[in-house]
Amino acid sequence: MDWILENAFLIPLIPAVSFLVILLFGRSVIGAERVHRVGITAVGIVWVLSMLAAVSWITRVEDSTSYKSDDAEHAQIAVNEGLSASSAGGLDGELHLAAEDDGYGDDGGGYATTEPVISEVDGWWSSSGVDFAVGTLVDGQTVLLLIVVTSISLLVHIYSSEYVKGDRRFVHYYAFLSLFTASMLFFVMAQNLVQMIVGWELVGVCSFALIGHWWEERPNTDAALKAFLTNRVGDIGLLIGVIILFGTFGTFDIDAINRAVGEMGSEVHFAMLMASIALMAAVCSKSGQFPLHTWLPDAMAGPTPVSALIHAATMVVAGVFMIGRLYPVFFEGFSIGTSSINLMAFIGGFTALIGAGLAFAQWDIKKVLAYSTVSQLGYMVMALGVGAWTAAMFHLFTHAFFKACLFLGAGSVSHAAHHTFDMREMGGLRKYMPHTYKTFVISTLALAGVFPFAGFWSKDEILLGAFAGQESAYPLMLIFGCVVALLTAAYMTRVIWYTFWGEYRGHGHPHESPKVMTVPLWILAVMAVVAGAFNLPTPVMRIFGLEGLAHLVQTYAEPTHYLNAIGLSHPPPSFWLAVVGLVMALAGIAITFMYFWRNTGPHGLTERNRYAKAGYTFLEQKYYLDHLYTDIVVGSIKAPIARAANWVNDNVIDKVVNTAGEGARDSGRWVYRWIDQGTIDNTVNALGSGADSGGQGLRVMQTGKVQNYGSLLFGTAAVVAIVFVIVL
Amino acid sequence: MLLNQFLLLGALLFAVGVYGVLARRNGVMVLMSIELMLNAVNLNLVAFGLQHDVVSGQVFALFIIAVAAAEVGVGLAIVLLLYRNRKSIAVDEFDLMKG
Amino acid sequence: MVAQNIAFGIIAAITVAAALGMVTTRNIVHAALLLVAVLGGLAANYVLLTAEFIATTQVLVYIGAVMVLFLFGIMLTRAPIGRIPQMTGATWPVAALSALALGGITVYALIDRFGADSLATDNTVFRTADVSDSVFSQYIIPFEAVSVLLLAALIGAVVLARRD
Repeated sequence: MDWILENAFLIPLIPAVSFLVILLFGRSVIGAERVHRVGITAVGIVWVLSMLAAVSWITRVEDSTSYKSDDAEHAQIAVNEGLSASSAGGLDGELHLAAEDDGYGDDGGGYATTEPVISEVDGWWSSSGVDFAVGTLVDGQTVLLLIVVTSISLLVHIYSSEYVKGDRRFVHYYAFLSLFTASMLFFVMAQNLVQMIVGWELVGVCSFALIGHWWEERPNTDAALKAFLTNRVGDIGLLIGVIILFGTFGTFDIDAINRAVGEMGSEVHFAMLMASIALMAAVCSKSGQFPLHTWLPDAMAGPTPVSALIHAATMVVAGVFMIGRLYPVFFEGFSIGTSSINLMAFIGGFTALIGAGLAFAQWDIKKVLAYSTVSQLGYMVMALGVGAWTAAMFHLFTHAFFKACLFLGAGSVSHAAHHTFDMREMGGLRKYMPHTYKTFVISTLALAGVFPFAGFWSKDEILLGAFAGQESAYPLMLIFGCVVALLTAAYMTRVIWYTFWGEYRGHGHPHESPKVMTVPLWILAVMAVVAGAFNLPTPVMRIFGLEGLAHLVQTYAEPTHYLNAIGLSHPPPSFWLAVVGLVMALAGIAITFMYFWRNTGPHGLTERNRYAKAGYTFLEQKYYLDHLYTDIVVGSIKAPIARAANWVNDNVIDKVVNTAGEGARDSGRWVYRWIDQGTIDNTVNALGSGADSGGQGLRVMQTGKVQNYGSLLFGTAAVVAIVFVIVL
Repeated sequence: MLLNQFLLLGALLFAVGVYGVLARRNGVMVLMSIELMLNAVNLNLVAFGLQHDVVSGQVFALFIIAVAAAEVGVGLAIVLLLYRNRKSIAVDEFDLMKG
Repeated sequence: MVAQNIAFGIIAAITVAAALGMVTTRNIVHAALLLVAVLGGLAANYVLLTAEFIATTQVLVYIGAVMVLFLFGIMLTRAPIGRIPQMTGATWPVAALSALALGGITVYALIDRFGADSLATDNTVFRTADVSDSVFSQYIIPFEAVSVLLLAALIGAVVLARRD
């Protein structure tokens, strides 16, 4: 049963092969209009394998829990069997099952620890005495991401076959979708940090290529470059963080690093703090956290299914995933267990807040969703920052479905409304596109966190995590969370009003999208309703008498062997907090409803009141962050140099010249008055020829002949060597 | 045998190579002199490798041989291009950068 | 020891003389042949230093391949066979001065630092197998980088030299 967990390398391999097949044979052998079948087949197989992996993993967790109740001898036999079975089915290289159930119970959360399945080939390569292994690490977190990535990817592949049909680069599009899927799967099962960096960069490259899919238009290439360059900033942080971790522990192995942090604890606090800050920069760029989030809304220049897959559901959660993967490092570095505010929680909460604020001022439906993604990613990072690991991963899981549904819905709207994303040219579409409308509303309710949709459960857990904290509560984060819940419900209701209600303001006749597009929408909408069931709190499940099915994500996805070592606790569910979260969401919807549908409230406030107008402009200009980066940061490097040069030119050189000229004029008059014309002439001529001969003398050095420059170079080297060897 | 005898031989060959690079007019001759300099360095590497009992000296000598081969290939292509455009490979005739 | 020293003396004398001849001769084909002598002398030196694989590679790559390239270069650029009056540029005294200064300081520094240090002769003799082990384990990344470099040089040479 563990076969798929040990041979998990097959999962990224299949889409990688599909990428090569599409790229090399797509146009010639398969035919440009049929390449999507290759992509869909490959991702379909991978989806089945991922589901198998999920089942295997759940069985494994169940087994290790039952070992705990059995006697230790029995467990030992099972371990040996597992080892021999795995070595029999291994690769040619030395493939081995590194870790098995270690049989001892935990002392933290009341769950048995289940070891991750690590398959690795030792000595992939080595350099300067450091061995680099390659392999896969499969645990609950990986399996969770496998489900998310393959499910969304499959639906996006299907949806795209209609959405980008007839595109001039259809083959290229499907090739990169496959490569992206392969890279993301490779990333989530990375066994060591080097592999993680490789996957991280690969998904970045795919994102770059797909944002710039229609590169003939200048804004698209600009957006792609912006995404790429902003991510480079964070990648430096990632490299530095990995180097610090390697320097501290002497290994790239993720499992070993997590264990080592758990054992050493505060001994390595300072190094972990530095590593966490560096890695946080990487998270900020990849997962669109303040202040490096500005690339994500621009990334909407790419095709909409790409936005759904890469810039909403999967790639942008790479940062969140990375924090979750190296959670002991961050937990120790930011003192999450003992503090009541820390850098990660603050960045997350603040990003959630500003992202939600920005979503109000956008007219482009995709940009609203993009800022919503920024905001929700901030929510996840905040959850990790307050110690709610499970809540963050659960929110990642549910968010992927409903946000992908929203993006695909926006794509469907645009497909119908003649390729515009401007909400001012939409309106009244609920009559023309009933399926898109219904799925969009369902996902909106899920995103807003209305009971009993998926977002309600995951958002509630995050609020609970902030409320309970670890040793002390995170009050500021709780406030952030509640305000963002209100704002999220409000701006999403605004989108629905502008897009689907009122009268149609565009041109042409909008029409419902074909089944190829609406069926994925419905599947995602159903997931947006039921995804919450994967981690229902025990008291809720008790009502149905299904206590065993409560906290599925917590039970099966948590890497308990690390989290128990650092002493992570789980807060008990709170009924009243759930009510508060729900009231916030409903209040947001109600306020917007009153504003638009009932036409009450301060309409036209932004036109009348100059403070409100200033605030709106501030939002519309995205807090002026783009201006900060392009005008002030870049400008501060360019402009002052130019200005300084200009100043020097105006004030110093001109003055010197003027003074010299005036002096020369005055002295000339004086000399003219006292000395005869010939002397003046001679003096001037002498000055002129002096400058000329000085220039000529220096010109001799600039012969343009490479050997003369070489002589100077070697001669100077000899002189410097003489100085170093003999004089010093 | 002394360590220095190899090092001094390398130093002499290097100096001769420097003279060749700086003084010869023919482009191909300049490239040959560069080869001389690279070989002088190789001799140093192998000698030090033996002295310090490490294999790295030989490995890097190998790398330098490979890099030198690449350098000769590109260098001769450049010389050939110069000849085709100017009908001359006398390096002191190329002085477009003259100030 | 004495035999090796005598061998070294002869080889070194030939090598240095050939090198000097190479940079002073007026006949370009002679220069190429003198370079062969220098490279061969260095290969013999590698044998003295127990670096058998380097010596073989030196002969194969330099005397075999690189020299052919040079001769091709000489032919393709239609260099006159025979004595050329102006083989050395006008600035040769500057070049000689630079080279002398550089060589002089290096020789001084070497004698100053290593003096009469004898070569450690009881050290390991690294056979070809040891070199290959090291290249393909410890230095695999530089090795791959060099292969990419060779490919780039190949493409670069083709791009530069093709006629269009």
